[in-house]
Amino acid sequence: MTSTIIWTIVVLAGLGLLLALVLFFVARKFKVEEDPRIDEVEKVMPGANCGGCGFAGCRAFADAAVKAPNLDNNFCPVGGNEVMKKVAAILGYEIAEKVPQVAVVRCNGSCANRPVVNEYDGLQSCRVKAALYSGDTGCPYGCLGCGDCVAACQFGAISMDPQTGLPAVDDSKCTACGACAKACPKHIIELRNKGPRSMRVFVSCVNKDKGAVARKACMAACIGCGKCAKVCPHEAITVADNVAYIDFTKCKLCKKCVAECPTGAIHAVNFPVLPKKTETKEASNE
Amino acid sequence: MGGVHPDDNKIARECPIEVLPLPDTVYVSMAQHLGAPAKPVVAVGDSVKAGQVIAEPAGFISAFVHSPVSGTVKSIAPRKDLAGNPQIHVEIKVEGDEWAEGIDLSKDLVTSIPDDRNAMLDRIKACGVVGLGGATFPTHVKLNPAPGKVAECLIINGAECEPFLTSDYRVMLERPKEIVVGAAIMQKILGGCRCVIAIEENKPQAVKVMSEAVSSLGYAGIKVSVLKKKYPQGGEKQLIDAVMKRQVKSGGLPIDAGAVVQNVSTALAVYEAVQKNRPLVTNVLTVTGENVPANMQHNYLFRIGIPLSFIIDHAGGIPEIAGKIVSGGPMMGKAVSNIEATTVKGSSSVLYLSEEMTRRKEASQCIRCGRCADACPMGLEPFLLNRLAKADDMAALEENAVQDCIECGCCLYSCPANIPLLDRIRIAKGQVMGIIKSRNIKK
Amino acid sequence: MDKMLVSPSPHIHTRTSTASLMRDVIIALMPAVIVSVVFYGWSELLILAVSVVSCVLLEWAITKYLLHRPSTISDLSAVVTGLLLAMNLPSTAPWWVAVTGAVIAIGVAKMTFGGIGQNVFNPAITARVFLLISFPAIMTDWTAAPGFVDFPDAISGSTLLGVYSEGGIDALMPFGYGTGRLYQDIGGSAGEISCIALLAGFVYLLVRKVVKPWITLSIFGTVALISFIFNMADPAVYTGPVFNLLTGGMILGACFMATDYVTSPMSTAGGIIYGVGIGFIVMMIRYFGAYPEGMSFAILLMNMVVPLINRKFHQKKYGRA
Repeated sequence: MTSTIIWTIVVLAGLGLLLALVLFFVARKFKVEEDPRIDEVEKVMPGANCGGCGFAGCRAFADAAVKAPNLDNNFCPVGGNEVMKKVAAILGYEIAEKVPQVAVVRCNGSCANRPVVNEYDGLQSCRVKAALYSGDTGCPYGCLGCGDCVAACQFGAISMDPQTGLPAVDDSKCTACGACAKACPKHIIELRNKGPRSMRVFVSCVNKDKGAVARKACMAACIGCGKCAKVCPHEAITVADNVAYIDFTKCKLCKKCVAECPTGAIHAVNFPVLPKKTETKEASNE
Repeated sequence: MGGVHPDDNKIARECPIEVLPLPDTVYVSMAQHLGAPAKPVVAVGDSVKAGQVIAEPAGFISAFVHSPVSGTVKSIAPRKDLAGNPQIHVEIKVEGDEWAEGIDLSKDLVTSIPDDRNAMLDRIKACGVVGLGGATFPTHVKLNPAPGKVAECLIINGAECEPFLTSDYRVMLERPKEIVVGAAIMQKILGGCRCVIAIEENKPQAVKVMSEAVSSLGYAGIKVSVLKKKYPQGGEKQLIDAVMKRQVKSGGLPIDAGAVVQNVSTALAVYEAVQKNRPLVTNVLTVTGENVPANMQHNYLFRIGIPLSFIIDHAGGIPEIAGKIVSGGPMMGKAVSNIEATTVKGSSSVLYLSEEMTRRKEASQCIRCGRCADACPMGLEPFLLNRLAKADDMAALEENAVQDCIECGCCLYSCPANIPLLDRIRIAKGQVMGIIKSRNIKK
Repeated sequence: MDKMLVSPSPHIHTRTSTASLMRDVIIALMPAVIVSVVFYGWSELLILAVSVVSCVLLEWAITKYLLHRPSTISDLSAVVTGLLLAMNLPSTAPWWVAVTGAVIAIGVAKMTFGGIGQNVFNPAITARVFLLISFPAIMTDWTAAPGFVDFPDAISGSTLLGVYSEGGIDALMPFGYGTGRLYQDIGGSAGEISCIALLAGFVYLLVRKVVKPWITLSIFGTVALISFIFNMADPAVYTGPVFNLLTGGMILGACFMATDYVTSPMSTAGGIIYGVGIGFIVMMIRYFGAYPEGMSFAILLMNMVVPLINRKFHQKKYGRA
């Protein structure tokens, strides 16, 4: 009995030692020499492996960054300037700071604004739905509401608002990796500058139809009237294909266009609420 | 290989073809065929006659479009198609019914076939003939194989394997001789190969009538062949397999297997083009549906460009049971989201399906029964493709031949767990085809 | 309807559903269930009831309280598992054995893998093997059907395969081995005693196109071939094909357990490989193994290689010969 136990221990221990030696030599023999800076860069990366930088993951980014002659084409949107500064320090490059961005949903075709005219009964996927037809509302440009962007977001920053049926971006979680913008078959989501204290002004519509057609499909559509472009003191607004676009690099957040827009297609978000407005709100609540 | 057996539901089979009256206005789409949309050659305000060219091909794979009516061009502008996507349409206000010169409108059968092959091909091209079996591929391209490719067999497709559809059946019953002459014309163009008119066994009357027409006209090398009833028996590749016992290589064309497949209605259009110089501006469509009253079941000879809403109203309005309107068969047709869309050359039906029949049931877990793989007429494994598509694994999708999918719908039809297999596979196929295409361009 | 439906094609769907397939399997099992209840009486009915009820209840409870998913009991697969489990138990087994079996089948073999369609091992077989190893005395107490079998006293309570395993061909002789009488008097678990009823059920499944015959046929073929060769070589030691095809869990296993969709290969060629494997293993166990019956082990072992078989054997594709 004791001899069995001893033999078992001896055999197993011997086997373990032998295999350890094999592993050791194999590891030695097949060791791949890598630039140690790749590891260093990877360490400072956020580790989300989101692909927002255009590479497969953080390791691939680190590899590319080490091999690149400069960092002009390599930027980690998730880590932002802070991470890029660290990466630049490791690699000894200089970088220009980038303005933080955020994903913006440019459709305001909520259930109230945009009547549903048929019922989609296929797979709940924007991609499938877009390949099939123009959608279950009269607007062939607007949000399809199946939530491909929500599924694409690795940071839980987008959710479907059950009230409007539209995706809502949580500014604090959004890393501007661009996955949602890529996933949206209607190209509604755009990465825009986050703006001071997240204040932004943008046209929440991409409908290229003529004004009357667009308006018929959606009450909040941009009708391409051009009033906003006329009133803008900074020449930030252009109207093309019956839809206005605000250049966020030129916009000074004066909000003149917001007041001018006849359909309410221009949105101003995160501006401090004027005291007057709060009063009326409270009054209506009572 | 594969296939499914949905209920036949050829409810409108006894309804003779009626001529649909003309509406006040027609909207002729420039995207009526596979390939590049045609380029309009008329201007707003022009007056046109029926059969007059209003658009010309904009590429090798493209086709002429003719005015289906006489009248005045009111606009040339984007208009929503079946799926609600804007396409350029020529709007024509109907005035009288005057046809362009040189078009033989008589019903007399012309059986002598011209000798000049190229002249016949030109005529087919000039008359805007496209395949009417579903894909609307320009017929003159298909009848003119690339050098070195030889057609051994011309298959005239009278399978009409889609449930509900009866337009091809009615055309076979009512215009059998024209179809046979059309087949003989194509046979001659292809250099005198043999010709098989393939009909599914559930249409004995059509088999009889077509056989009589073949023997009475006496062209050499044409015979009628009876096929098993199975969906998709009328799929091009399946038909070649059934008739010639030969398979088209993956990624290849039917001509690579020595086959040319044309629909019976296309054969009729070829006859009218070559023998009567009559452009393709009419076709037959079925208005039908289960539990739709008998007086609302029709087979109409329609002019292209007539809005679906006009046909629906003429046939008695949308029946109460309708939960979905489909243009085409229930397996491969397109759901209509916009009934103001117009008919095109390839329109084959206005099909009403009840909500109970058509609404998708909630998907449950795959039980790995393999029914989708049994049903797939291409021998693919939809359960696997679906899984790979979910994982976006393009390399594995290509390896498992997603690009061979013919989108017949058998997998989704047969899945007991109601998994929307084809919805996802179709998208993946598109992506993989794109990858293959860009790779070939690089080479 | 005021709003028309719009979806990608196809626009119609087969009437066959997961539940209808499972319902067909239940119908196919009914003849054998009735025969075994007639033979064994109320105790068998009790085992069937306890087994089915506990399988269904467990699945419901697990989906509701552990997985927080919509319940899947309406697909009837738990009922099938319950029935098959009961048919793998002796009618003398106490009720708690059936409940334990249900816990293993549903709780361990099925739901831990993610429920229907996800399990690697056939739930009922997993439970049977677990019980066989845990409670060998209970699981091999095959009391012959009362008033039906006139076995000599000494060996009543054992199956023919058990008899063969213990004493070889010689021990089988008193039962009329080699004569027709043998097969009238087979004792065993409920599922094992009613070959004709089981086969009738299987024919129903084939007619309804619920299953394809290839797996079953290749099991039968392999078993027949191996036992024919061995029997020819030495009839005094090895039992023959007829004996091996009709005894033990052969028919129940080959017709109803090996053909389980989830745990069998998808392609026809893969199914044949799988069937041959089962046939081979079962014969090796019967001839040379310590256990009298090897059907459950054979199926479980082959279940393990199904993913590999699926990887290797595919459907024949059009135009890619």
